[in-house]
Amino acid sequence: MVEISGNLLFIAFILYLIATLFFGGSIKAKKDINKKKETNSWGKIAVCLTIVGFISQLGYFITRWIAAGHAPVSNMFEFTTFFGMALVGAFIVIYFIYRSTLLGLFTMPVAILVIAYASMFPREITPLIPALQSYWLNIHVTTAAIGEAILAISFAAGLIYLVKAIDQTKSNKQTFWLETVMFSLVTVLGFVVITTVFSIVGYEEKFTWVDKHDQEAVMEYTMPAITGPNEGELLTKDGFKPLVEMPAYINAKKLNTVIWSFLGGLVLYGLIRLVIRKRISAALKPLVKNIKLDLVDEISYRSVLIGFPVFTLGALIFAMIWAQIAWSRFWGWDPKEVWALITWLFYAAFMHLRLSRGWHGEKSAWLAVIGFVIIMFNLVAVNLVIAGLHSYAGS
Amino acid sequence: MKDVKCECGHVNPHGTVLCEACGKVLDEQEANKSKLLDMRYEGSARRSQTYNKTVIDKIWNFFSSVKVGVWLIVITLIASILGTIFPQEMYINLPPEVYYEQEHGWVGKLYYQLGFHDLYSSWWYLLLIAMIGISLVICSLDRVVPLYKALKAQRVTRNEGFLKRQRLFSASSNISEHDIEKIKDHLKLKRYHIREENGDLLAEKGRFSRWGPYVNHVGLIIFLIGGMLRFIPGMYVYENLWVKEGETALIPETDGKYYLKNKEFILEHYDKEKDRTFEQAIDRAGDVVKNYQSNVVLYKEKGESLPGEKPDLQKIKEYKVKVNLPLKFEGYSVYQSSYRSELVAMTFSLVKKDSSQSFGDITIDLKNPKKEYNLGNGYSVKIINYFPDFEFDDNGEPITKSRVPNNPAFVFRMISPEKPEGETSFVAIQQTIEPPGENAYKMAFKGIDTQEVSGFTISKDSTLWVIILGGIIFMIGVIQGSYWNHRRIWVQRKNGQIWIAAHTNKNWYGLKRELEFVLADTKLTFPKDQLQGEHEEKEEA
Ligand code: HEM
Repeated sequence: MVEISGNLLFIAFILYLIATLFFGGSIKAKKDINKKKETNSWGKIAVCLTIVGFISQLGYFITRWIAAGHAPVSNMFEFTTFFGMALVGAFIVIYFIYRSTLLGLFTMPVAILVIAYASMFPREITPLIPALQSYWLNIHVTTAAIGEAILAISFAAGLIYLVKAIDQTKSNKQTFWLETVMFSLVTVLGFVVITTVFSIVGYEEKFTWVDKHDQEAVMEYTMPAITGPNEGELLTKDGFKPLVEMPAYINAKKLNTVIWSFLGGLVLYGLIRLVIRKRISAALKPLVKNIKLDLVDEISYRSVLIGFPVFTLGALIFAMIWAQIAWSRFWGWDPKEVWALITWLFYAAFMHLRLSRGWHGEKSAWLAVIGFVIIMFNLVAVNLVIAGLHSYAGS
Repeated sequence: MKDVKCECGHVNPHGTVLCEACGKVLDEQEANKSKLLDMRYEGSARRSQTYNKTVIDKIWNFFSSVKVGVWLIVITLIASILGTIFPQEMYINLPPEVYYEQEHGWVGKLYYQLGFHDLYSSWWYLLLIAMIGISLVICSLDRVVPLYKALKAQRVTRNEGFLKRQRLFSASSNISEHDIEKIKDHLKLKRYHIREENGDLLAEKGRFSRWGPYVNHVGLIIFLIGGMLRFIPGMYVYENLWVKEGETALIPETDGKYYLKNKEFILEHYDKEKDRTFEQAIDRAGDVVKNYQSNVVLYKEKGESLPGEKPDLQKIKEYKVKVNLPLKFEGYSVYQSSYRSELVAMTFSLVKKDSSQSFGDITIDLKNPKKEYNLGNGYSVKIINYFPDFEFDDNGEPITKSRVPNNPAFVFRMISPEKPEGETSFVAIQQTIEPPGENAYKMAFKGIDTQEVSGFTISKDSTLWVIILGGIIFMIGVIQGSYWNHRRIWVQRKNGQIWIAAHTNKNWYGLKRELEFVLADTKLTFPKDQLQGEHEEKEEA
């Protein structure tokens, strides 16, 4: 069962990749068809592939659920993959409201990155600790992820808006920040590539080190150590000697991974720039030529309108119900809870700025980008860095 | 202040921008401002826009501003981030003055000194939340009442200026009645509510969605009030209770009525032989706990007992308290929250050092040690001093931190036929300190007895219903305001033409698509988006 499940996920991943190519084709082909509103055949194939991929991933989800005996949303790999699936699902829904294949061209790569990122974490089925043994876990986590995914569509639409609206012939704050967003996406790819390469060659090196309680411990690296642990001593012969040693209260291994991902991102980005010879956002500009700004603006806002109630329900209300049952208090100011609150406050501010202060268009698009950054921060950094009750056992 | 009478005859309250009934611009300044009308709150007379004299006006205006509201939200957001940099006080198990500096260096120390270790109950954080609450109330009142009045008073026939200056507008000539009928049919298909007046037509739908924000704000306020109720004594009970296996304890805050017996504490781990699916994960991460459980019996006291008297208990129910499965009774919940193993007894032998011969064992009940243990044949052991939770104080004197036997230590006097006055020995776990001069005998440590103690949380939260109610109302409100929008389409005869104007509070693209359907197969001119017109001009320029 576990094997079938893994294969279905792989199939979904490949289908998403192909679908993205077709979405690209549908935009290119659009010029020939004299401005008809209908989606062209490239676009139709792309949407079909996306739906088939989604069904395949749903198959992964169900089979893994059966194998594990609980909904597969209980560790970093499972939760992040689910988020990727929700993102595709949210796109499909929004697509049928607005019929924009361009949205697919921007959403699918993000979903693909999310799933690829997820696969870098330990993939085995983990048993549930007592606190997680509740059907509220399933309800809370899935609803929260779906809410976040719908909000993320607003990011994709916002990105389209910015790519179209920002003048790329100049260099200013806008072009810089938009390119930073592009670079961050490339860095995620960098992380995936680097992790995969080192895992294929089976790189490993071990250190003894002294932690902040002056205890000696062993740390295993799966990438050459650029930043070594506190008073670390390399045990592996021919291992890479760390360039700098970190103090005990910094997690040298995680920092090392971050540095490698960043380097990977830099190299990839450099290569891309060498090929296209302009900013990524500038290269994307021709693709968004035919879209109307007010349409993407509305898609972006509409996704917030649809996503906000779902997010509130999943990430705050269901979370409180479960916390009340599992931990005897519905709210405990645990970092994960606080970050859900922060996300919620942010989107509340977003909606007020838009409705009452007239922050439409570009301002609104930037807010959508920041919202996505907060969501990703909650998903990645809070789980891996700021440990709390919810911290999934990632590495 | 005087009311304003519009030329259509409707009397509007002072401060009204657009006549409630016909939409004519009443405020001359507004009239010249821009091509399009500001339709927010229907141009109704809001207190905050009308009065600004007294202190109350000023406070009202401050809190009714969305700008202020957004600032409050953003400041709260940033403050909340600060609280997640390091763990809050309740999640650490060392005294905060030690923890932050030890774990996070000088940054941690600063964090503690600034009070961020307990940020969410700091006065200024609570003040921020309170200000958001006040802002919510004032902001909503300022808008909802005039908005309600204006929407209620609106007439079908509208002023020319009102129609012309809507964002979506068109004028068409030479229109047949047939087309009007068709439009009506289409509007009905799209579930518009249609009103007619002397040949003019107003189609409206989703007006109730306008109340969404106010409903959700009411929900939030109820939620916040629920949070405040906690400070009223008796509304909120949250206590820890430790009960050893086999013992029965009074449940706190139940007026001495309920007792809980802990029959057995159970701790289970996943077994990778049995749960094959988890084999890999267990190999990677080590043992994983499967279950924390206490088998308990709940008793209620029969009648009243005098203090000191043994209560007469009546069994109510047996229950297996697990994480996620609390025991519930009379509004109370008993949660399995932790456990520990406690030392209950220690066993020593009296041993002669040179021959290693033992003269008998003593088992000391750590809660209730005896003064003297007689081993017969002239051997006995006296306990001169007992430190259940031993440590040395600053002067190097042995003291006890608490009465819980976490780290027991004893001063023994070992009496034997050779040494009838006895020899003194200080024994703690893993260390024996003897007074100067060699002892002939020693107390050899033989073993310990432990007992499991279940940690329960007892809670009774009478504020929960208010919180739940607030949550439900909030959800209804956001859904109402987000999943529907308020759309209006005016189709009116002016100057022998048919004028069409349309307004929505959000999602204009959707409204335009709906208009395409409504005007399909008619000869009417499709309304022009006058705002987008402005945009496009800019883009081309
Ligand atoms: C965290 C607290 C708050 C939440 C979650 C919240 C939520 C909302 C939501 C969901 C909407 C509808 C927005 C839309 O449909 O785009 C809304 C509208 C609104 N909120 Fe809030 N709100 C909060 C605090 C405030 C505060 C403090 C104020 C006062 C300054 C305020 C004033 C308004 C106003 C004036 C509207 C627009 C109503 C209208 O145009 O009909 N809100 N709020």
